[in-house]
Parts: sequence; C-alpha cells; structure tokens
Amino acid sequence: MAAQNLQSVPAELSPEELSAEEAAGKANFDRVMAEDSRIEPKDWMPAPYRKTLLRQISQHAHSEIIGMQPEANWISRAPSLKRKAILMAKVQDEAGHGLYLYSAAETLGQTRDKMMEDLIAGKARYSSIFNYPALTWADMGAIGWLVDGAAICNQVPLCRASYGPYGRAMVRICKEESFHQRQGFEILLELSNGTPEQKQMAQDAVNRWYAPSLMMFGPPDDDSPNSKQSMAWNIKRFSNDELRSRFVGMMVEQVRVLGLTLPDDQIRYNEDTKKWEHGPLDWHEFQEVLAGRGPCNSQRLERRRQAHDDGAWVREAASAYADKQRAKQSMKTKEYAA
Amino acid sequence: MIPETTRTTENSGHGDISTGVAGPSGSGDSNASATRITPGNALRPEDIALEVRTGLAKPSEEVAEYALRLGDDALILAQRLGHWISRAPELEEDVALGNIALDQLGHARSFLSYAGGAWGKSEDDLAYFRREHEFRSVQLFEQPNGDFAVTIARQFIVSYYQFELYRRLTESTDATLAAIAAKAVKEVDYHRDHSAQWILRLAGGTEESRRRMIHGLRLMWPYVNELFQDDELTQRLAEAGAAVAPSSLREDFDRLSGEVLKEAELEVPDVPAAPGGGRHGKHSEHLGYILAEMQVLAREHPGASW
Repeated sequence: MAAQNLQSVPAELSPEELSAEEAAGKANFDRVMAEDSRIEPKDWMPAPYRKTLLRQISQHAHSEIIGMQPEANWISRAPSLKRKAILMAKVQDEAGHGLYLYSAAETLGQTRDKMMEDLIAGKARYSSIFNYPALTWADMGAIGWLVDGAAICNQVPLCRASYGPYGRAMVRICKEESFHQRQGFEILLELSNGTPEQKQMAQDAVNRWYAPSLMMFGPPDDDSPNSKQSMAWNIKRFSNDELRSRFVGMMVEQVRVLGLTLPDDQIRYNEDTKKWEHGPLDWHEFQEVLAGRGPCNSQRLERRRQAHDDGAWVREAASAYADKQRAKQSMKTKEYAA
Repeated sequence: MIPETTRTTENSGHGDISTGVAGPSGSGDSNASATRITPGNALRPEDIALEVRTGLAKPSEEVAEYALRLGDDALILAQRLGHWISRAPELEEDVALGNIALDQLGHARSFLSYAGGAWGKSEDDLAYFRREHEFRSVQLFEQPNGDFAVTIARQFIVSYYQFELYRRLTESTDATLAAIAAKAVKEVDYHRDHSAQWILRLAGGTEESRRRMIHGLRLMWPYVNELFQDDELTQRLAEAGAAVAPSSLREDFDRLSGEVLKEAELEVPDVPAAPGGGRHGKHSEHLGYILAEMQVLAREHPGASW
C-alpha cells in the first residue's frame, strides 16, 4: 500500500573503482537515467540503487501483507453478505499485491524466504499506518478511502519507476487499489446516509485515520534526506510534501460528497504556492510508531510470526513431497534410458 | 448454458489427480480460470435477487427449504474459511483459501436470495436474523478449522460432495437451482483439485504432515454420513426432478474420494458416524459461536443499510 520512506543510502563508488565491464554497465545506467527509460534485472546497476530498491519494494510487500490484518479483522463480522464478499476479495487482492512485489524484489537478488524472515524478526519495516487498530466497521471505509487513497497518490507515480519489474507491478496494483478506494468511499457514503449511529461511526473513523494517512507520505521534505537521491534515480517522482498536498486537495473535495468533515480546521488552498496546506501533524507519534511503539506493532508482527510458524510443517511437507516426486521422476527417466 | 458448463457436467471423473491436470475425460480445462470463464455469463446473486423481487423467479415453499439448506452449507463454510485469510501457511494459500471462501459465499448468496423469495426475505435477513436452530446446514460445514490438515480434510469431503451434487443439480427442473448449480460446479471443480493436491502432499510429505492428515480425516469423517441422508423433503423434490436425492451421490463420492485416498496411501477412516440432524436445526456447539460473531454488527443495527 504505502510507498516506503527511504533509509540511508551508502555513498556511490568512484568511477576509478569500477572495472571496464562495470564502466560500460554504468554508462548504460547513466544513459537510462538520462533518457528516463528502464533498468531491467540483468542490467548493471549501482549497488546503492539495488539496495534502495530492494528495501523499498520489500517494505512495500511487507506493508501489503501486514495490511491484510486490520481488514481481515472484520471479514467475519461484515454486516451484509455483499460487504463480506467485497472485503474478502480486497484482502485477497492485498495478498496478491504482496506476491507480485516479493517477486519484483526477488529479481534484485534476495529470496522471499529471507525477506519474510527479516519481517518476522522485526528487522524489516512496513508502513506504520497498519499499526493502528481497525475498531469499527466504518474503519473499513476509512481505510479504503484514506489509506488506499494515500497509497494511490504515492503509487501512481511509481508506475513510472526506473526499475522495470517494480513499475510494472505497480501498474496492476494501482488498478486494484482504485477499486479499493472506491469501495471504501462507498462504505462511508452508505454509513453517512444511514442512521445517526452509523454516521457517527463514519465520522469517528475518518477522525482517527486522517492524520495517520497524511503521515503515510513520509516526513516533511526538509527532514527527508534520501528523497533527493531517489528522485535522481527516477524511482521517486514527487516530494513527500508535494504528494501530501495533492492528497489533501482531493480529500477536501470528496469529504463534502460524503457529508462528513476532516478533523483539521487549518486546511486551505494557498493561492501563492498553488498548493493545499493542512494543520500540523504529530511527527513524534510517527517516529514512535515507526520505532515499534505504536498501538498494534507487537500484535501485527506476532500474528505474522504465528501464521509463519504454524505453517512451517505444511511448507516442509510440500517441499518433501516435491523432492520425492522429482526422485521418482528421475528413477523413471533412468529406467527408460537403460 | 455456455459450452464450458456442458463439458464440465457431462463428466464425472477428476482428471489426473497425481498432477492436478484434468485429462481429456476430466472435468475442467486446466488452463481455464473460473473467474475468466464466467464474466458476462456469470449469474450473480444480485440477478437472482432482482428476479425474485420482480416476480420472474419464485421458489415453491419446498424448493425454498431446499435452497436454504444448500445456501446455509456454503455460508457457514465461507465463514469458517474466511478466518484463514492472513493466517495461511503460505501467501499462495491465503489467496487460494480466500478464493474458495469467496466462491462459497457467492453460492450461499445465490441460494439464500432465491430461498428468501418464498418468504419475502433477503439474503441478509436469512443470514443475519435467524438463530441456530433455524439454520439448515449439515454439521460438517461448521466444524472448526483446526490445523491446515483439518481444514483440507473438511474441504476435500465438501468439494467431492458438492461437485457430485451440483453436477446433477444442473439438470434440475427448477431453472434457478439449475443455473446456480451450473456456475457453482465449475468453481467446485477447482476446490476439488486444490484439496486433492493437498491430500497428496500432506500424506506423502513428511511424517508429521502424514500424521496430521490422518488425524484431520479422522476428525471430519464422522460427519460424512449426514451429507447423504435423504428425508421427506429431498425425496419429494427428487421425485419431482427439482432436487438431487443425497443418497444418490454416495457411490460416486466414495469412488472418487477413494481414488484420491488410495493414491495418497490413506485408508478411509474407520470411525463411528455422528447422528447429524443439521437439516432439521440440530447443530453442534460450534454454530452458536459462528453466528454470534457473524451476526453481531448487523443485529446491533436492525433495519440499517450497509
């Protein structure tokens, strides 16, 4: 769902440290960057570029997988069978997104098993938004509308990311995310036009998810040291604040249709900068949640760990079975040859 | 009906179970996707609800009772399977079990929308505002998920049963039941393949997986008998050509599920059968918890729209 904030990027090697082959590869890489075209898995790429992408794509995959949990929490209690079906399909889509993204990350040279291990060990990050609890049915609406909405703002530009497998995965993911956002909007619209209790439930959910969703774009530009490099590599196209401002502008329009309000009385359009502005965000809270001190960090990781541990015997069985089948097959081949 | 349906329903085999690829006599195209075949031709629960509302389709009281039974089976199973989403042993299984749950929920919605036509009730009225003794599902469907092997054992029995049932129900004299079955049978064919593949893998994987698979089958097998019990309702409807007599499915179920078990070098569990009674509202202790969770929000806001 959420594109990740980039972590520290090691310094690039100097040209004299590169071999001739690498120099040709680097020339190709520089040309691709200049032409704004695509790097593919077999192309040479600078180690920090690979590392940055691997981190970003795997964090994105982890976010999809952890992000299944707050919504899966409501599958069993969905208040109509149609909503239950839509929610199941949505959470299933997220598993699918995780799968594409892990596959894209694997093209950079790391196995899915290793990425999963890092996630479970608490070494890898995922979008901190999923460390907030989904308390009521209206949260299914607010997550779809605000969280998926913010994710789309982040991800549409990633469809043009310079790394081919990532960009292509994002195209498909964005199509599905836009469905997700619409279903979230529809849930809120229905609640807003429902009973007073339902409307209150919707407003309460919007109030709780608004600020965390704005923080999904990452820290303010003057506090986001890696954004510049990522933009130079044509991975990131717009700054955190730019995307956040666009998102606020979209939400301001849509919240009126919903008949609800955003919990921020400082939203305004700045005619000079031509940008939407919003009230202050609690970046201390953001850092706390990122550091593992959010409302659900421990719960989310434990759930993933448990699913992984409980499933270990199944994965072992599947792989033992495959080995046995291969052995049988090679026996047959040998018999045939003899 | 579209040709794919005919192809599926004319055959009773299940292809090459050792590879999971349906052979020429098998029931399904291994390259086909249920979701790819159906759009455009798919019968949606909303279409049935519309036909019911506009009076184009109205089940007799007895057909409605029968549809309620099949709808309740699918609904309770969907509720059980939905729990696996985000908890499965592999991400691919989150997707696969989610898919099966969605298919079952789709069938449930269709059957319940149709059944409700006899009593002026919607699918949601029936799902959310009935109590335990009013549910007509057989007890197999409400059995707890257990570990993955238990879930696979339940799914294996269910899908081999449902496939035989829906295959025959496509011939129903009741056009709506036949249409729902025609869509469902294609999907259940995939469920059959999924569960058979896992039976083979778990039985032939490690010592632990084999032990768990045997345990799972032993836990679920007491509830097999109930699936094939006839009663006055099914007898009357079967004679009229609207329904399928449950007892008529037993032979094919035993033969085809037996082939998979044999391939997996497993015995049909020798366990006493439970008395059942779900079709008449007698349930295990489990159903109450399932309904409590499923219905809680809808019941907090009776009459609300979602």
